[in-house]
Amino acid sequence: MDAAQLFNWVRGSGLQLAVFIFLLGTVWRLIEIYGLGRKPDLAEPRHVPGASGWHTLWHRSIPIPGMMQRAGLTYIAGYGFHIGLVAVVLLFAPHIRLIRELTGLSWPALPSPFVDLLAVMTLAAMLVVLAERLHQPVKRFLSTFEDWFTWALTFLPVLTGYLAARHLLLPYTLTLSLHILSVELLLVLLPFTKLFHVFTIWPSRWFNGDASGRKGVAV
Amino acid sequence: MSGESSLLIDNLARHGVSRRAFIKYCATLASLMALPPTAGRAFAEALAKASRPSVIWLSFQECTGCTESISRSHTPTLEGLIFDSISLDYHHTLMAAAGEAAEAARAAAMQANWGKYLLVVDGSVPMKDGGVYSTIAGISNHDMLMDTVKGAAAVVAVGTCAAFGGLPKAQPNPTGAVAISELVKDKPVVNISGCPPIPVVMTGVLAHYLAFGTLPELDKLGRPLAFYGETIHDRCYRRPFYDQGKFAKTFDDEGARKGWCLFELGCKGPVTYNVCATAKWNDGTSFPIESGHGCLGCSEPGFWDAGGFYRALSMPAEPLKVAAKAVAIGAGVGVAVAFANRAKKSVARTDHQTATPADLEK
Repeated sequence: MDAAQLFNWVRGSGLQLAVFIFLLGTVWRLIEIYGLGRKPDLAEPRHVPGASGWHTLWHRSIPIPGMMQRAGLTYIAGYGFHIGLVAVVLLFAPHIRLIRELTGLSWPALPSPFVDLLAVMTLAAMLVVLAERLHQPVKRFLSTFEDWFTWALTFLPVLTGYLAARHLLLPYTLTLSLHILSVELLLVLLPFTKLFHVFTIWPSRWFNGDASGRKGVAV
Repeated sequence: MSGESSLLIDNLARHGVSRRAFIKYCATLASLMALPPTAGRAFAEALAKASRPSVIWLSFQECTGCTESISRSHTPTLEGLIFDSISLDYHHTLMAAAGEAAEAARAAAMQANWGKYLLVVDGSVPMKDGGVYSTIAGISNHDMLMDTVKGAAAVVAVGTCAAFGGLPKAQPNPTGAVAISELVKDKPVVNISGCPPIPVVMTGVLAHYLAFGTLPELDKLGRPLAFYGETIHDRCYRRPFYDQGKFAKTFDDEGARKGWCLFELGCKGPVTYNVCATAKWNDGTSFPIESGHGCLGCSEPGFWDAGGFYRALSMPAEPLKVAAKAVAIGAGVGVAVAFANRAKKSVARTDHQTATPADLEK
């Protein structure tokens, strides 16, 4: 298979297969998770100010007092790469072209040099969180194969995308093919790994807050 | 033709073609086919001595556009005359005989030239329902092909239908059309694809066969490498605009008027191997991109189903086509798993045994 054939496959059959598995897996997992159900809570809920699902959505998203001093790097690098990822994926002009072509929806893009900067920032932040995970004994102890693997799954599309956009290292067709391939790998595995938090983070956070709120615990 | 020489050179001379014009033509053909410079002379010598080979031409599921392109494209040319110089013993469209006489001519030509005749096929072969969708003289295309190919020296599949299935094979392929190379496995098959193919490619292959008695070098899709070795894009006169990133966005914008690259308007030049950009059409007048329309990719397999003539190549095929199916299957699996989980929970509840401190002390 030469570069052109690989390119044709990744943006043809490969993409189709990846989108198929991604949609199938996502719908499956969402129904499975929310179909689990909970036992009815028969206790009377307590009412404490600041204890509710909605409150927790916000509160869990900002550092607990004191944690910024103790684990500032985790917050900054963590937020850095998440925001960078969202911006690079959704605000890069070629990505918007693709979304418009597929769905008809479009929105304004960020200037490409700025997206370049964000991509570098994202890569740097991801390397920082990886280094920290390796460095901190507790984090390293708690890490499983899935943690390392999903890190790589997220890192590769950004890296190959940056190389493709800047025409670095390998011929353009090949880097672009590798970029699309890495995104396809991410799509295929996203529903079946912890990366599924893309969909579940906000409902889970709300649910945890709501459950605590009923017990009168503000989180 | 009795009494007259059957040599090609004499035939051409009878039509008023000078030796000089003939040598020039051979040199052009040799260079076009990327043969070494000395080959032009060898080509001319061998071609001049060539006698009329018998050619049987079978037309199956096709539109006759290929025959039109090759036999009547423009005023008589050397290509046309070389065509006249083969003994075209059977060709529905062109032959005078009809009905049983036509079939008799095919049988006679096969018998007289067994093992030596060239079989030219245009059109695909329907295989569904016993091949009833296309029959000639009550014989299905499949049977006629398999019968005629037995004594052929080689097979030339002319046009994309014969070479790759073409339009009849386009989805949903109602007749079960297949390419000639899918049926003929024991004879050399040359694919001269294109919808229609370029006349000089056809005559180039014929001339090569006449002169050297062999078929030219082929690419992996069975096409003569000399003509299908490079893409339209590689040889396109609009290529500099592509390299500069200057693209026509619509067919009537400023870029289109300035002759910028048609890539974004769906030109398939970058993935289409053919010689249009150099050999050109209509006696060397132009090729489609010169008249302002992108390449359709007609010499490539499956070009009808390649995702829209006006979709830019950089756009992926439609991955969302499968979305509804994926969501439906996903929902099915999800519901099934959810029910299985609930069943497991209720089994756990019924199996739950309460323990007392006394039990723990046992």
